[in-house]
Amino acid sequence: MVLLAALAGIPLVANDYWLNAVLIPFLIMSLTALGLNLLMGYAGQASLGSGGFMSVGAYATYNLLLRLPELPLPVSLLLGGIISGLVGVVAGLPSLRIKGFYLVASTLATQFLLEWLFNQYGWFSNYSTSSSISAPRLAFLGHDLSSPAGRYLLTLATVVVVTAVAARLVRSQTGRTWMAIRDMDTAASVIGIPVSAGKLKAFFVSSLVIGIAGALWAFAYLGTVDARSFNLDRSFQVMFAIIIGGMGSVRGNFLGAAFMIFVPILLDHLGGGVFGGAVDPGQLENFQKALFGALIVWFLIKEPRGLAALLSRAWTRLASRINR
Amino acid sequence: MSGPILQLRDVSLSFQGIKALNALSFEVARGEICALIGPNGAGKSSLLNIINGVYRADSGSVTFNGERFIRIRPAHAAHLGVGRTFQHNALFRHLSVLDNVLAGLIRHSRTTLLEHAFGLGRDRRESREFKRRADEIIAFLDLTRHRDTVVATLPYGVQKRVDLARALVGRPSLLLLDEPMAGMNQDEKHVMSRLILETNASLGTTIVLIEHDMSVVMGLSHHVVVLDYGRKVGDGSPEEVRKNPDVISAYLGTAH
Repeated sequence: MVLLAALAGIPLVANDYWLNAVLIPFLIMSLTALGLNLLMGYAGQASLGSGGFMSVGAYATYNLLLRLPELPLPVSLLLGGIISGLVGVVAGLPSLRIKGFYLVASTLATQFLLEWLFNQYGWFSNYSTSSSISAPRLAFLGHDLSSPAGRYLLTLATVVVVTAVAARLVRSQTGRTWMAIRDMDTAASVIGIPVSAGKLKAFFVSSLVIGIAGALWAFAYLGTVDARSFNLDRSFQVMFAIIIGGMGSVRGNFLGAAFMIFVPILLDHLGGGVFGGAVDPGQLENFQKALFGALIVWFLIKEPRGLAALLSRAWTRLASRINR
Repeated sequence: MSGPILQLRDVSLSFQGIKALNALSFEVARGEICALIGPNGAGKSSLLNIINGVYRADSGSVTFNGERFIRIRPAHAAHLGVGRTFQHNALFRHLSVLDNVLAGLIRHSRTTLLEHAFGLGRDRRESREFKRRADEIIAFLDLTRHRDTVVATLPYGVQKRVDLARALVGRPSLLLLDEPMAGMNQDEKHVMSRLILETNASLGTTIVLIEHDMSVVMGLSHHVVVLDYGRKVGDGSPEEVRKNPDVISAYLGTAH
């Protein structure tokens, strides 16, 4: 509760740069990571289609706002998410037959197909001449949410609600079904767990959450809908976030997203401070990429359950030391 | 319902031309403990896999509770009341004992995704009811102090008991145990034998089990079926089977 109040109070103290360039993308990245984590960390179905599902959510919400302007904003967001969820179910159909590496390849095909679709057919972007289209005005209950603070609060509220529901879900029968499929799918089907339905539900819920995150990315962060910002790089970024943050953990998504958003900014400032512009920015960017790659490899080897596990272990150690 | 709970008639199965089971027939009476014995490769596990639909027999039929099946799917078998445990550890390794046992109840669930997401009344009632049933079985199998432990960290003998709990929590009428005591020491075997007898006696579950340790089998079962190279060479009470010359030769390796 305290944390929530603090987060809601941030716009009072933070400047627009912090809201626009740091906090909003951090929150949306956390939400996207949560979406993928439900599918990959809980249900064990690896996917590289996150960028594609983000774009479905963004374009669907854009068209709902454009064509049905009488719908309140949260309804459009949710409907956009549901449309993305349904696309996710279709994209998840191959998971009934294939798994692991082959499933990754099939979600990769989904990613490319969706990118192509939104570039190819003008209807999705209302026949806009440029490839990126500006987002409609954001408003809810008469309040204009176009200011940085407004967009931040919209994002925060959405992330809080979706995270609360997801946290419930993973502890419920549905979550147990997903984890059973992840840990041992053959035994799960023998003891009567509906494996196929469980996988498709995981694709649905995951894509729904990622779709909402995609709509927020377009409207609350970028201010434009642009298929190029939902490319394969984005899918990889989300996957790295959950690997670093912790698969099968709700908290891990926020840690992983924080890592993905804050570390590059930190490296930028550090690079600027230490080398005083003596180093070429392009070089610095390459260095960042190499560092990221190394960290991911290190995490996969040393701590497959990510920052979340690292932190909870540190916490237990601290608690036992205090209790002593 | 009267009559045998399980009836196999002329069941044959082959893998790439190699006969694993050859026109096999036998019956399991309601409420008994039936042991399947035989040397390695005799077809015991294949037989269990046919009974609950993991494999499909090339010919022959399985009759369960008076209903005749040519082919049954594992999930359908589970719904009809066939529970089973696995020879090799097949638990959900990152989940706690409680969650593993609760997973055995998922097929009885009547609630939907939406109810789970928002914790609506029906979901709350169902989870409470499922937890009560799971705790009952956990206590019955002496697992209460491991209830919240992640199963991967438990000793092997305890994991075997969790597997049994997961199969038992759905209250199957027929329970298939694939080498429930494999790899156990004598103490663990005693505990497991006692639990199997108690399950049979107090829950009335019919049990078909595969076991190699003859002293365990003789002490535990009402009925023994002996397989050798996919054929039945003995079928009867433990005493009858012990005296059967075919069984002795199959086990001691005398010329057939």
